Amino acid sequence: MTDVKSTLVKFQSIIALLVLCIVLTILSDKFFTLENGWNIARQISINVCISVGMTLVILTKGIDLSVGSMLAFSGAIVAGLLKFGLEFPSINTFVGFTVFGAILAGLVVGGGLGVFNGWMITKFKVPPFVATLAMLTIARGATMLWTGGFPITGLDDSFAFIGTGWFLGIPMPVWITAIVVVLAIILTKKTKFGRHIYAIGGNESAARLSGININKVKIWVYAIAGILSAVGGIILTSRLDSAQPNAGMSYELDSIAAVVIGGTSLSGGRGSIMGTVQGALIIGVLNSGLVLLNVSPFWQQIIKGFVILIAVIMDRLNHPNEN
Amino acid sequence: MENQRNILLEAKNITKRFGGVTALDSVNLNVHTGKVNVIVGENGAGKSTLMKILSGVYPDYEGQLFLNGEEVSFGNPKDAMKKGIAIMHQELNLIPYLSITENIFLGREIHNTFGILDSKEMLKQTKSLLERLDCHLNPKTLISDLRVGEQQLVEIAKALLEEAKVVIMDEPTSAISDSEVESLFRIIDSLKKQNVSILYISHKLDELFLIADRFIGLRDGKTVGTIENVEGATKDDLIRLMVGRDIKNKYEKDVVKLGDDVLSVENISLRNVGSKLKYIIKDINFTLKKGEVLGIFGLMGAGRTELLETIFGLHSKVMSGRIVIDNKEVKIKSVADAIKNGLGLVPEDRKEDGLVLQMEISKNTSMASISGVVKNGFLNHKLETELSKKYIEALKIKTPSEKQLAKNLSGGNQQKVVLAKWLATKPKVLFLDEPTRGIDVKAKNEIYHLINNLAKEGLGIVVVSSELPEIMAISDRILVLSNSKISGEFNQENASEENIMQAATL
Repeated sequence: MTDVKSTLVKFQSIIALLVLCIVLTILSDKFFTLENGWNIARQISINVCISVGMTLVILTKGIDLSVGSMLAFSGAIVAGLLKFGLEFPSINTFVGFTVFGAILAGLVVGGGLGVFNGWMITKFKVPPFVATLAMLTIARGATMLWTGGFPITGLDDSFAFIGTGWFLGIPMPVWITAIVVVLAIILTKKTKFGRHIYAIGGNESAARLSGININKVKIWVYAIAGILSAVGGIILTSRLDSAQPNAGMSYELDSIAAVVIGGTSLSGGRGSIMGTVQGALIIGVLNSGLVLLNVSPFWQQIIKGFVILIAVIMDRLNHPNEN
Repeated sequence: MENQRNILLEAKNITKRFGGVTALDSVNLNVHTGKVNVIVGENGAGKSTLMKILSGVYPDYEGQLFLNGEEVSFGNPKDAMKKGIAIMHQELNLIPYLSITENIFLGREIHNTFGILDSKEMLKQTKSLLERLDCHLNPKTLISDLRVGEQQLVEIAKALLEEAKVVIMDEPTSAISDSEVESLFRIIDSLKKQNVSILYISHKLDELFLIADRFIGLRDGKTVGTIENVEGATKDDLIRLMVGRDIKNKYEKDVVKLGDDVLSVENISLRNVGSKLKYIIKDINFTLKKGEVLGIFGLMGAGRTELLETIFGLHSKVMSGRIVIDNKEVKIKSVADAIKNGLGLVPEDRKEDGLVLQMEISKNTSMASISGVVKNGFLNHKLETELSKKYIEALKIKTPSEKQLAKNLSGGNQQKVVLAKWLATKPKVLFLDEPTRGIDVKAKNEIYHLINNLAKEGLGIVVVSSELPEIMAISDRILVLSNSKISGEFNQENASEENIMQAATL
């Protein structure tokens, strides 16, 4: 009996996902098609990338509100470098960027912003909520500054491949996301670093007394969140062939929703990457289904809000003794 | 002999258990009207538990309480307060960013029919309460702007507002200056004159003679006697009341041959940043040999835990002194350094600082030596399982498997997991801070034997304990800390409970 119950609890997001798919298949003949499947996969790939980073952050009992802004800034950096390169009029120098170089620069910028978050949080003890809230507006402002408030469009054709191309019958964004997910699973389950993340979230004091360098682990975690936001930014910029100054607005909310629906505890120490992937799938499938069923966008938001509440209530019922 | 009319509050056969641990065992207590009733006893004797029952914090217990001869029971502190029993906690329960008045009237604000607060009336009443206490603070002052002694006054005023008949004071002088102690005692005197009874707990034996009207001894969860005639009583009488005990579950330590020096510390001091007390510990020196068990005793606040933490690298920015391990001076700036140099620390609070409760035994075991279970850059499940199985067997940890979550183990077995974590780092010196706190007698004995066996294997062991019989049973040598310094050193021959307590209350 308890075995049945614990199995049900373990697979509750998958079960919810299956039920959702079956219901949508019955209600709409356009839902269960290969084309719609790839659509959903492409649409959620960015959210999954960001949410993987968010999962690591939340596992340490933190939060990162700046992922959307970091995404926008990194995307804009890549687009700007690709299109215009870097000019240094004072020393009469121009540096041009290849696609590879620009992408690398974008990732470095994303990682750098993440390191800054981690530095504020560990060195100056700024609460993660506040530190990343500040970064949310800083990085957004920097994006506006860099783009002048206008989209950067008309990028290299080979760059467009990242967001729109197919490889072995599978869209490129899905490949990238899959690689990110696999690496993150190995990182969390198979490495010292991953174990330290869980230990810090589970009991920071015990982790410190066990010789774990809390600050180092946390800075890395926020850096990874920044890098993965940049990955999302690169995919988005490539798909749209354009870096929008207001790209990624409120992405942090969808990302936190995916993590929470996926069963990761906001009080840290419990959760998994696979859970988050399932959470992002539930949101993606729900979005797609509601659009296919012609549900008004206003209602879509209301429904999404209730799904988040239900997920957290279920989680609370399964873990009654956590704060 | 006791006049029935004088007894305001009476506790009869109070027993309180926490899980398998009996904290109070048929305690009987009388509180006399208008008197300062002082409870003395060692750490862990059950004083605070008893106070929490009297003030309604713990509603579940066996036995009866009588107030003015009438049986009462309290579901919560508010109940007790209504009946006239107020408690001033060791940690003050005031809201820092509210004013004195707002704190005193918290939860019982005076308001009109529309719910609008009557601040004028509350200010007036607060003023008169403070005047009763001979205190001239502005009632609008924020609590955060008050010194600890002044905050205590507010707590007392709060109690008086409810017309408290009994005020319980748990270690009220532990955090305040001498002049504040004086004014507290003046207030106690004036409360007595207003026929309020005081139930007073303190470790500072000397000051007790200034205010006590009678002493009640509490030991191992039992009342062991009272001294009604304070005039003739001496400090020795009090110490005897605190520690004289019947011997049970006696543990005999095997003699271990001592080896070379493994750890010595010189002039270890820990500065207290931003406080009047300049040092938490000052100029501590000791040497530990291989195979030796060094006990460190001290009353609450003497700096026992801080001493271990300082050597262990937890306060590297505010400490000074030299640490020598295996005849080589070492710099310990972090826990990682401490582990590298062969130190291990089993902390006082295993749930807060020792374990990640929602993790498996195996993951907790490998936590401080995780590089040992890494193979080709990845965690190796097999190595980790082997490691934890080894210690489950060696330490006799009772569990169905190494995958059991730490939170599902009993206290004694949890403590063994923390021990396993540190043994897995292959330490030369192990610090044990209150290793048997909150675990039952049988598990305690197991831990004692484990400590003895580790010493036999050549480990140097430092044990901090606030339980006298425990520290005397397991240590080769005992250092006593009092007021940040070493105030006594005893070996197996000259250690007695009276001697040690004398040194601890210096």
